[in-house]
Amino acid sequence: MQKDNLTNLSYYPGCSLATTAAENNSSLIYLFRHLGFNLVELNDWNCCGSSSAHSIDSNLAFDLAGRNLSLAPPDLPLLVACPSCLLRLRQAHLHLKNDETARNRFERTWGQPFNPKLEILHFFEFLDQIDLLSFSKDHTLRLEGLKFVPYYGCMLARPPILRHEKNYFGLMEKIISCFGATPQKWSFSSRCCGTFLTVARPEVVTPMVNEIILGAKMAKADCIVTACAMCHMNLEVRCSLKEKIPIMHFSEIISLALGLGKSEYKGWFSRHLVDPKPLLKALELF
Amino acid sequence: MNRRTEIKTTEILDLNQMDSGFLAEVKRRSGVDISLCWHCQSCANGCPFVQAMDYPPNRVIRLVQLGLRKQVLESSGIWVCVGCNTCSIQCPNSIDIPAVNDSLRQIALEEGVVSEPNILNFHRAVLQSIERHGRSHKLEIMLRYKLKKHDWFSDMTVGLKMFAKRKLELLPSRTKNIAEVRRLFEQKFTV
Repeated sequence: MQKDNLTNLSYYPGCSLATTAAENNSSLIYLFRHLGFNLVELNDWNCCGSSSAHSIDSNLAFDLAGRNLSLAPPDLPLLVACPSCLLRLRQAHLHLKNDETARNRFERTWGQPFNPKLEILHFFEFLDQIDLLSFSKDHTLRLEGLKFVPYYGCMLARPPILRHEKNYFGLMEKIISCFGATPQKWSFSSRCCGTFLTVARPEVVTPMVNEIILGAKMAKADCIVTACAMCHMNLEVRCSLKEKIPIMHFSEIISLALGLGKSEYKGWFSRHLVDPKPLLKALELF
Repeated sequence: MNRRTEIKTTEILDLNQMDSGFLAEVKRRSGVDISLCWHCQSCANGCPFVQAMDYPPNRVIRLVQLGLRKQVLESSGIWVCVGCNTCSIQCPNSIDIPAVNDSLRQIALEEGVVSEPNILNFHRAVLQSIERHGRSHKLEIMLRYKLKKHDWFSDMTVGLKMFAKRKLELLPSRTKNIAEVRRLFEQKFTV
């Protein structure tokens, strides 16, 4: 793997990837390194406010996101791993662009000018611009035979104010099928996973998750691929069906497809509640 | 299994209780003009959580339009909404319903009427964790939430499974300049 000449990207992992979804974080950093990018963690970042800040205190939500924006190096795109963090940061950034009072408050609080040109990107947007297959050592279609369903959760739905931003619909199918895998048609690709209600109202979330998992099985998928650590956790934790289905992080499946990191895999997959190893062994990926 | 909460299907509304300033107040706080609503019910039909709500989103909007403040603020629907934006993307008039719910929840909180104390306790546990560490710490959030609820045994198996897979870290990931984060919380009476 080339270690020199890596291009730096500013990177906001978010709380889930920093802790509970460490496998998502390490597979993402690993993948980007292989593609020639060095993910530089935003120095001393804080939580974006998650669902809770904007739920009960809009100003706090804005300030928490604002601190992160104030930390972003002005000349690098800011790559965000979690769709929910992305939404919070983008929304705050757009609010700052449009609202002078908010801008003044930001500049007073953080003692620096607001940077309207800061690019905030989901890692999808990056991967979409790259010919991934050319990074595969032997150009093999390693995922041949894998049937998957893409799960976007709520990341395809945005508040009206962000409606004209780029949409990711079909991106996972497009990228993963480059490596020979087959996306299955199903109805649940953009059904919400239940997010925080998994704690406060598990009896509401369990049937929703079961419906999603059943949908994947009816579509004859071998696994579900998610792009969000929160969705990943809810789909694993709240499924009460006897027969479960492996849930893969998008970053993991692309790393597998490129034939990367055999020594790393073990650490990633041992953190899954539904063991994906039998499936990966059957495909000779593990 | 019956998943439906009692959705209020018929209800006699007492229009003598109308607060004529409520619609304007919600518009001012949320920045959303809900008088654009046609009541096509696209939001309610798309909402993945509607079965857990007393009023579906379009009915909350109608109640705000009628100025029935008490019914709206006491509704569980405004707390059950997680802000997944499924409703707003389906709304033909692009009404930002999650933003409206944020404002309604905050008004309810200021007036001390909270129909879903568990959900509020969860949000508070998250924010307390952010205030302490700058980042959210799942294990601490779960413990605080359970302490508040006096419920230690539900979800035990899930917690243990996550723990075994190292998905509930003992120690939080922390922001170094914690003073800077804590300052943001100084003015916040809701936390």
